[in-house]
Amino acid sequence: MGIEEKLPSGILLTTVERVVNWARKSSTWGATFGLACCAIEMMAAGTPHYDLGRWGMEVFRASPRQADLMIVAGRVSQKMAPVLRQVYDQMTEPKWVLSMGVCASSGGMFNNYAIVQGVDHIVPVDMYLPGCPPRPEMLIDAILRLREKILHEPLGAGGRKMLQQRIERGDVPVVAPGAMPSSYRSDPIRRKQWEKAVREGREEQLRIENWMKEGRHLQRGGRW
Amino acid sequence: MSDVEKNPSEDSGGGVPVSAPPVGATSGAPAEYPPASRAGRGMFGVQGTGDTSGFGGLVRRRPQITSTPRPFGGYFDEVYDALEEAFPGLDEAIENVVVDRGELTLHIRPERIVDVCRVMRDDDALRFELCSSVSGVDYLGSDPRRLHVAYHLTSMTYRRRVRLEVAVPAENPHVPSVTSVYPTADWQERETYDMFGVIFDGHPALTRILMPDDWEGFPQRKDYPLGGIPVEYKGAEVPPPDRRRSYQ
Repeated sequence: MGIEEKLPSGILLTTVERVVNWARKSSTWGATFGLACCAIEMMAAGTPHYDLGRWGMEVFRASPRQADLMIVAGRVSQKMAPVLRQVYDQMTEPKWVLSMGVCASSGGMFNNYAIVQGVDHIVPVDMYLPGCPPRPEMLIDAILRLREKILHEPLGAGGRKMLQQRIERGDVPVVAPGAMPSSYRSDPIRRKQWEKAVREGREEQLRIENWMKEGRHLQRGGRW
Repeated sequence: MSDVEKNPSEDSGGGVPVSAPPVGATSGAPAEYPPASRAGRGMFGVQGTGDTSGFGGLVRRRPQITSTPRPFGGYFDEVYDALEEAFPGLDEAIENVVVDRGELTLHIRPERIVDVCRVMRDDDALRFELCSSVSGVDYLGSDPRRLHVAYHLTSMTYRRRVRLEVAVPAENPHVPSVTSVYPTADWQERETYDMFGVIFDGHPALTRILMPDDWEGFPQRKDYPLGGIPVEYKGAEVPPPDRRRSYQ
């Protein structure tokens, strides 16, 4: 951006940073980069059942100039790699990349000559989403986590300086932005539980315990 | 054991008198008669390289292709007779006629493939209008002319299928292109070139179609490595499938 990034660190920059980041995260538009099977799940996430439209993301822009978030959904072959890079380069700043599925994150089950072993060989990735394919709910969780990360991004050189100062002061949140599952983040009680568990270093155990207690996978004949 | 210098434990039996195995000790099960050739041994235990993936190891000794005697059965006889009638030079063009598992395969000499295809397409009794597929096969180890090209022809008027197979050595992998007869073979032949290295003479634009244009090597040949990188887990690194080894 322009003048906003050059503001001196201080209350003005903090406020501007918050507003700008909030605007950026609330209106991410995805660029279509559905390559293979994961694209089907991405499309399913846009359907009314799972509804990415709740966050304004049901519109996938075909033009990279109008998109902020490139969801690389599917395996990238050696032949497709330069195309992927070109589309990424054509996206305007600010831009983020979510690699959806194991094939985009690491080559997946295709450990061979034809498939690029992870799109992070080609573009910088902000969020990795494993799964083969990941369920639409998992994709939505990854998008929400990425939005949280965007919300806490420092704005410009001044912002980075302020972040550095905050880190030195120890004024960092317990849970890194983007590290809490969305189902915990949206519920205040569970959010406290998670933060407490992170302090103790047992957040995964908490997740498993809660899941076993709820027992949703045992109800409705397994259709949870 | 009258030889006093020899220690009884140095005997192969450890000094225990060895007699013939008692009757009933063997059951005559197939596992007790190890297979004569490597092909029958399967993948258990370590043989050769100890490859555990199956990518490099499966060896199937393909028997020599022999012509099936007449009558072939089904519509194959009609097809062959019609072809003989329509194509006078069939004897020099055909190397083998094989009927296997309900499918007719005509092995054709590479030079004559275009003429045979034209006759198959145009003759009224044959009418194989549709070239369903052109693909390559690599018979490394079983055939000195290791690269084969298989043409699957379908007749929609008579509802028949036939396969033409052409064999070329890897040193001189030239086959005339059938795109003048079947235009759909255009991209199929490009794929066969890309994956096997079979060069089709007379093809309008023979370039790589699946791999990037500057790729070196022909991936679907049997001696092309799988590629792939070792995968790191916590506390272990697993190599790609064709490089995994068993150590027992």
